[in-house]
Amino acid sequence: MSDIDLRACSLHELRESLENKQISSVELTQFFVDRIKLLDPQLNSVITPTMDLALKQAKQADQRIAHGDDSALLGIPILHKDIFCTEGVKTTCASKMLADFVSPYDATVVSALAKSGAITLGKTNMDEFAMGSSNETSHFGAVKNPWDLSRVPGGSSGGSASAVAAGLAPCATGTDTGGSIRQPAALCGITGLKPSYGRVSRYGMIAFASSMDQAGPMAKSAADCAQLLSAMAGHDPLDSTSAKLAVPDYATEIERPVAGLRIGVPQEFFDKQLSPAVADAIHTALRQLEAMGATLVDVKLPSTPLGVSTYYVIAPAEASANLARYDGVRFGYRCEAPQNLEDLYVRSRTEGFGEEVKRRILVGTFTLSAASYDQYFMKAQQVRRMIANEYDEVLANVDVIAGPSAPNTAFPLNDASKSITDMYMEDVFTVGCNLAGLPAMSIPAGIVEGLPVGMQLIGRSFDEATVLRVGHQFQLQTDWHRQVSRIAEFAS
Amino acid sequence: MKWEMVMGLEVHLQLATVSKIFSSSKTAFGAAPNEQTNPLDVALPGTLPVLNEAAVRQAIVFGLGVGATINKVSRFDRKNYFYPDLPKGYQISQFFAPIVSDGVFDIPLPDGSVFPVRILRAHLEEDAGKSVHDALPNQTAIDLNRAGTPLLEVVTEPDFRTAEQVVAYLKALHGLVTYLGISDGNMAEGSMRCDVNISLRPTDTVKLGTRTELKNLNSFKFIERAIQVEAERQQDLLEDGRTVTQETRLFDPELDETRSMRSKEVANDYRYFPDPDLLPVVIDDSVIDNIRSQLPELPTVKRERYQSQLELSAYDASLLTQDRATADYFESSLEHHNNPKALANWMLGDLAAAMNRDGLAIRDVVVTPAQLALLVNRIDDGTLSSKMAKAVFEGLWQEEGDVDPIIEARGLQQVSDTGELEAMVDELIANSPAQVAQYRAADPDKQKKLIGYFVGQAMKATKGQANPQVINEILRKKL
Repeated sequence: MSDIDLRACSLHELRESLENKQISSVELTQFFVDRIKLLDPQLNSVITPTMDLALKQAKQADQRIAHGDDSALLGIPILHKDIFCTEGVKTTCASKMLADFVSPYDATVVSALAKSGAITLGKTNMDEFAMGSSNETSHFGAVKNPWDLSRVPGGSSGGSASAVAAGLAPCATGTDTGGSIRQPAALCGITGLKPSYGRVSRYGMIAFASSMDQAGPMAKSAADCAQLLSAMAGHDPLDSTSAKLAVPDYATEIERPVAGLRIGVPQEFFDKQLSPAVADAIHTALRQLEAMGATLVDVKLPSTPLGVSTYYVIAPAEASANLARYDGVRFGYRCEAPQNLEDLYVRSRTEGFGEEVKRRILVGTFTLSAASYDQYFMKAQQVRRMIANEYDEVLANVDVIAGPSAPNTAFPLNDASKSITDMYMEDVFTVGCNLAGLPAMSIPAGIVEGLPVGMQLIGRSFDEATVLRVGHQFQLQTDWHRQVSRIAEFAS
Repeated sequence: MKWEMVMGLEVHLQLATVSKIFSSSKTAFGAAPNEQTNPLDVALPGTLPVLNEAAVRQAIVFGLGVGATINKVSRFDRKNYFYPDLPKGYQISQFFAPIVSDGVFDIPLPDGSVFPVRILRAHLEEDAGKSVHDALPNQTAIDLNRAGTPLLEVVTEPDFRTAEQVVAYLKALHGLVTYLGISDGNMAEGSMRCDVNISLRPTDTVKLGTRTELKNLNSFKFIERAIQVEAERQQDLLEDGRTVTQETRLFDPELDETRSMRSKEVANDYRYFPDPDLLPVVIDDSVIDNIRSQLPELPTVKRERYQSQLELSAYDASLLTQDRATADYFESSLEHHNNPKALANWMLGDLAAAMNRDGLAIRDVVVTPAQLALLVNRIDDGTLSSKMAKAVFEGLWQEEGDVDPIIEARGLQQVSDTGELEAMVDELIANSPAQVAQYRAADPDKQKKLIGYFVGQAMKATKGQANPQVINEILRKKL
């Protein structure tokens, strides 16, 4: 095994090495277990490592391999964002509220990946209840960016992004409600895909904003994401909003060249909020796609500036109801010695939730109240429809939309100069896809001052194939996705 | 001043589905606490509701049963409030777009007239669990078996003016849903729960007064009493020049009073919004047509048919159609012997009396429809007098056997053999010369009275088993 650099291998290469018996799943798993032990104390990307479980699963995988089983992810270790319920393993959602919660069942995403043979390495850190863009709202402490430990990894899937970027796992799951896969993928220099709403089951994924929450893969490349998505996607009878659509063969789809594709470039994604250095990197990447035969088309998404405020009305409203079940009655955190029912509710929730979660519950409770429903919630739903229509109109004329994933590269931890609304503006380029339910991916597209830049590719509804294809073809011609952080270079 | 009561009803019907409205847990009544729950019912993180198609179907059946509009698109919303027996912190209900709206339900009143009640809407929702306050010392226990049981909330327009109308509506509604097989309508088990919105206004005015909502009404008797008590309370307030507060009030049958349940200071803002976990319920015409074609005959239609085709009185028809089990019994007996009037009399007479006496429901009765039909047949064919039939019925009720064996065993056969009876009459005439002379001298009117003596003697001689009609005929001939 010494001649293979396991940190750099694609999932396909890892599968080949396993199949050729160049390495066993136990060895592969042990390699990443050791890296987590060695490096994660600096990153804090994993809340609950599941080493014993992983090695047990790896042993079983080796037996399956020996018996000729060639399931797509058999023997490959993966980290799960701690928002996915895992039977018998703590699922905390990075909240004090669920710090000791053990789910009696597996999320569909978890069981689907396990069915494909993936090995659960552990549960990754995140913003509490997926509410945040810096991974600083976690009850278990902030996650560090492996490119610069004084900077954030982005959020909310910051632990997954950081871990993959640091080579602690070949791949991870994430969830994206307003950019929570794409923005951390961009800030950590990895590839992360948010599928179309309904492509991947939400069953067992702890709800934040149910009409936008979507699970997706985070890995080193579009090809790896394609392989993971194939295992995650498909209709689930346990999720009424999961789509009854056939899942294309992504591995084949991504091999098609991009020549002849029309790529829309929305001018609103390049306004004054975008850092000039990031803008330059994206323009360079776009010219690369043009050089590969794609046609760049100027398009307009004039409602882009309305996205963040629309999102921050709808998402907290849904969250205010979704988080009502954490009441100290049946499971989760309960305050000490409640005096009466109201005291039980008030103190359990006051003590069990962090500041950002409480802020959003309050905002959502307000926007849904009888006095403000029409003015806020209804209005936001109307704007949401308008934004979705704009995307649909643009995508009727182009195959994908391309632009930046985030306005900046990774910003410093505990940045006092960043207000709450500044933080919300991190999502300006990503929330539109969640409001419209569209698939979108962030791929590494440059490095500015030692920090990665992410390019966002947005596709038509349920056309993940074209998004993955453009990403994969770009990665065949570039090596931004092969650039690794200093920590990742650290050999075990 | 004279006052008029104005009432509207909200009835929660528990639908008769096998599993819950959004989970696969069973709905059966009486399981051990929390035995019928799964991760969704307990609202564990990550769980998602999946709509039970059977509940939708039953809601459509109800809508068709009251001639209402079945909305092609309806939606589920979240009604947000905190309560320990509401696991998610919200109830999934249909607030903005209910599945059923605008129906009319014709209620038969005891006087034979029909009282139409306008159904404003009927919507699907999930039931909450139960808080149990007496299971643990100083603590409240929660039983979530009921959480997620499908409910159909049926809301009427404020069409009721008397408590009798309210009770008649509830009885008819109970009849309808049991007919349709969509609920067992059992008030004691909570399958049918009624809230009454009640206000008073001066007679002959139009403007509605301030209403209160009465809850905890779990029997027809309580409902009637609660309405009276609350109307009196409101009348006293209004006549004192005070005002009625809009609030929810509980009826306390022990103290025979209503009392305020929630003060308006803590009035809930339920923050309804569309539930993003559930898709809109879209119903095709073909589905509605299919369900319509499988609907059983509705009570109103049945009632009319009993009157027009079977020539029953309006009163009998309404009693026989009040619930499906009774009508099914009646129709089943009718298949065995086509004498609707006599069968109706037996069911509403001796059968009903026996049921009342022993506290049995029609479905628990051991006398089968076929047996009742045969019993009536034995009267019609002259085998039994009606008095004898009562004895045979008692035998059936005591499970002594079938009709004919009971007749045999009890020696109840009526003697109608003319030869045997003629001989007996001849003997009677020969032994009663004085009475015969008196009879023969009398005028026809007097004769009618005098013949009674001979009939009585003849019955005595046959120990009551002679067919009196046959005796009468023979006597007339021979005298």
